[in-house]
Amino acid sequence: MSSEVRFTDFKSDKQPTWCPGCGDFGTMNGMMKALAETGNSPDDTFVVAGIGCSGKIGTFMHSYAIHGVHGRALPVGTGVKLANPDLEVMVAGGDGDGYSIGVGHFIHAVRRNVDMSYVVMDNRIYGLTKGQASPTSREDFETSTTPEGPQQPPVNPLALALSAGATFIAQSFSTDAQRHAEIVQKAIEHDGFGFVNVFSPCVTFNDVDTYDYFRDSIVDLADEGHDPHDYEAAKEKILDASKEYQGVIYQDEDSVPYSELHGIEGNMSEIPDGAPEDAMDLVREFY
Amino acid sequence: MMQDLNWAIGGEAGDGIDSTGKIFAQALSRAGRHVFTSKDFASRIRGGYTAYKIRSSTDRVESVVDRLDILVALTQRTIDENLDELHEDSVIIYDGERTEMEDVDIPEEMIGLAVPLRSLAKDAGGTIMQNTVALGAACEVANFPIENLDSALDKKFGAKGEAIVENNKEAARLGQEYVQEEYDYDFEYDVETTDNDYVLLNGDEAIGMGAIAAGCRFYSGYPITPATNVMEYLTGRIEHFGGTVMQAEDELSAINMALGAARAGARSMTATSGPGIDLMTETFGLIAQSETPLVICDVMRSGPSTGMPTKQEQGDLNMTLYGGHGEIPRFVVAPTNVAECFHKTVEAFNFAEKYQTPVFLLADLAMAVTEQTFSPEEFDMDSVEIERGNIVDEDDIEAWTDEKDRFQPHFPTADGISPRAFPGTKGGAHMSTGLEHNALGRRTEDTEIRVEQVDKRNRKVETAQEEEDWSPREFGDEDADTLVISWGSNEGPMREALDFLEEDDVSVRFLSVPYIFPRPDLTEDIESADTVIVVECNETGQFANVLEHDALTRVERINKYNGIRFKADELADDIKAKLGQEVEA
Ligand SMILES: Cc1ncc(C[n+]2csc(CCOP(=O)(O)OP(=O)(O)O)c2C)c(N)n1
Ligand code: SF4
Repeated sequence: MSSEVRFTDFKSDKQPTWCPGCGDFGTMNGMMKALAETGNSPDDTFVVAGIGCSGKIGTFMHSYAIHGVHGRALPVGTGVKLANPDLEVMVAGGDGDGYSIGVGHFIHAVRRNVDMSYVVMDNRIYGLTKGQASPTSREDFETSTTPEGPQQPPVNPLALALSAGATFIAQSFSTDAQRHAEIVQKAIEHDGFGFVNVFSPCVTFNDVDTYDYFRDSIVDLADEGHDPHDYEAAKEKILDASKEYQGVIYQDEDSVPYSELHGIEGNMSEIPDGAPEDAMDLVREFY
Repeated sequence: MMQDLNWAIGGEAGDGIDSTGKIFAQALSRAGRHVFTSKDFASRIRGGYTAYKIRSSTDRVESVVDRLDILVALTQRTIDENLDELHEDSVIIYDGERTEMEDVDIPEEMIGLAVPLRSLAKDAGGTIMQNTVALGAACEVANFPIENLDSALDKKFGAKGEAIVENNKEAARLGQEYVQEEYDYDFEYDVETTDNDYVLLNGDEAIGMGAIAAGCRFYSGYPITPATNVMEYLTGRIEHFGGTVMQAEDELSAINMALGAARAGARSMTATSGPGIDLMTETFGLIAQSETPLVICDVMRSGPSTGMPTKQEQGDLNMTLYGGHGEIPRFVVAPTNVAECFHKTVEAFNFAEKYQTPVFLLADLAMAVTEQTFSPEEFDMDSVEIERGNIVDEDDIEAWTDEKDRFQPHFPTADGISPRAFPGTKGGAHMSTGLEHNALGRRTEDTEIRVEQVDKRNRKVETAQEEEDWSPREFGDEDADTLVISWGSNEGPMREALDFLEEDDVSVRFLSVPYIFPRPDLTEDIESADTVIVVECNETGQFANVLEHDALTRVERINKYNGIRFKADELADDIKAKLGQEVEA
């Protein structure tokens, strides 16, 4: 069946309304490629999108999808996956969506290790609300609401994930199409929560973290001979703020996804027409 | 002669008041007596006065009254707190050997029984059983066959092993014998038993049971008094039916997880109380806009803010009716007693799926924590019908696709109800969004489509208004000039108040309304009555306001908001006062 699905099957007939040149085009293409590559079809895939330019992705892709409220995409994905483990669930959002308003959910989604993938389009700015500082903006990055820069250190999403017990942490660059798709594919294939932070430049509001900047500074972990199963090595890379890494940084081979740990198997949409057969036992308990 | 028995145990939180009270309630229910319990508790785990009260009768009981016949007092404060309810023949059981109870102050006309609870418990195997000793003593006072207590002890401690059960039975016997031997009173009480079979449960448990019966498979919640019991009930039970309970990191997450599960096709629910409902509000709109079926249960407690978390109030009606920005089509269903918590939960799931809307199940603390007896038939599982609404599968999806073969999940049908395709259905892939959208679910700001979709969503409510039965529950004298209307847990006390009123020749027609939105049109009922009184546990009369608005007239109100539910006798007096009648002091 996988051979029948092409990555364009995941493309909706709606033309993306992102600014020309926005990094989200590449991010989305890679996601679609990875989904097709892993043998999923649009009818068996559920994409949960956040709010923001990044969150519009659900509209431009073709699959079952929901575009939720700001910051809450991960809980929605959790509900979808647990209710129907047969679905391939992919959650997508922005850095504001995931690391600001939704950061609490991020930590807990990581710990819960539900078998889904989470792709964050990190442009280090709020795009949709027209250029305010995001949690990953640089300390001195001047924006409309932070004329002197946020003057707070940016969050390190990879470190947050690692400290919360992540079983899969990766980073990619949206224009490095082949590499990015490959990394997302690994996140999908991972048994548990596959987290990918994607550098997805905003060409309209961020003139610091640009394509050129990333192109010049990115270091591919594959070239460094990094072993993602080596926790200490992963920690070192993650805490190294001087470099922008690309690749799978950490993967726990022993990861057991939430549903397996909790014995959740069936598709919960299938229920009888009336109360379950032994429901009267529930009443007898109260004698 | 006296078939009504009002019993209570009180002490400090942490004294095992709740479980001891529950054991006695179960003993009475197993003896075929009706039971109605209530709890006075403060919001702390240790320390602070708490009491578990039982009213029991061979007749059905629906309320607490201002009367206590037997009181097990573990602290002096228990007596002080209940002075108003104690009467001439009240019996107070206490441990005179306990230092803090040495100089206990028993009002003159009452009977104080100093029973060495602690030392007798020690004789039976451990001081931890002191409350069981008190239960044995209470059986003697009430002339209640102690064998009934044994069976409740079996149930409570059975899982902990034979020895613990036997020790507890022994402790109860020692309590009973002590009263027999040391006191020579001829107690007033002679508690009758019957052969009736009853089940004893509270509203939260009934909601959980209703959810399982209705096919709910996914529950996510965040702990909050008094809704947590719903989650605790489901945990460990729902798995047996293929479901799961998820303790979320907060209410924002809880409602969004439930939403996700619902979109995947599961019957799904979350439950919370006031502060949690506030946090969930943003998502109400998304549920309605994306047309996702979801049951959101609000077990109301006293607000605003953290208010009085362990006290009764019906203050969230406006919140569930109007909460959320923009205009949100929704249903608000408010069960009126413990058994109705079960039935209305089942109904809530059907409404949610048939009309693809958020359904608020509005319960209140008084009902949620009150255990009440019912015949098991009142929870008849065979009568549960599951209606999933307009679900399309891969064969009939074509009827709902556009010229480009795209599925239209928000097709503006005549009744407002659109087709629903569960993820995994071939050809049904679509995106749902909280943004205004067209039939395909795609964002639009087209003025005509906007109006069409808003109308479509609201038409579902109109359809439901026409198709479903929204009648209130009716009691009392249908020809009476006085009409009393209430909602939620006030039904019980009000039903009993009718008896008190009848004794005084006051005849009243009573409508208990379980549907807040859509709701029955009571205009004619209101117009044809001389006096209309709306009874509710809040200060502003939220339901009264709604009824006044519907009927374009003023109504009288009885509002209670001190944190305690209505009592039948008190309510009868309030009604007499409203009618200008003299009320005995
Ligand atoms: C509760 C709430 N607060 C604020 C907003 C406004 N808002 C929409 S998108 C957004 C920020 C998005 O930033 P990011 O996640 O980085 O996405 P981007 O647009 O950069 O892709 C904000 C604050 C909202 N929709 N909801
Ligand atoms: S504003 Fe930035 S993030 Fe948004 S679409 Fe334009 S380029 Fe992309």
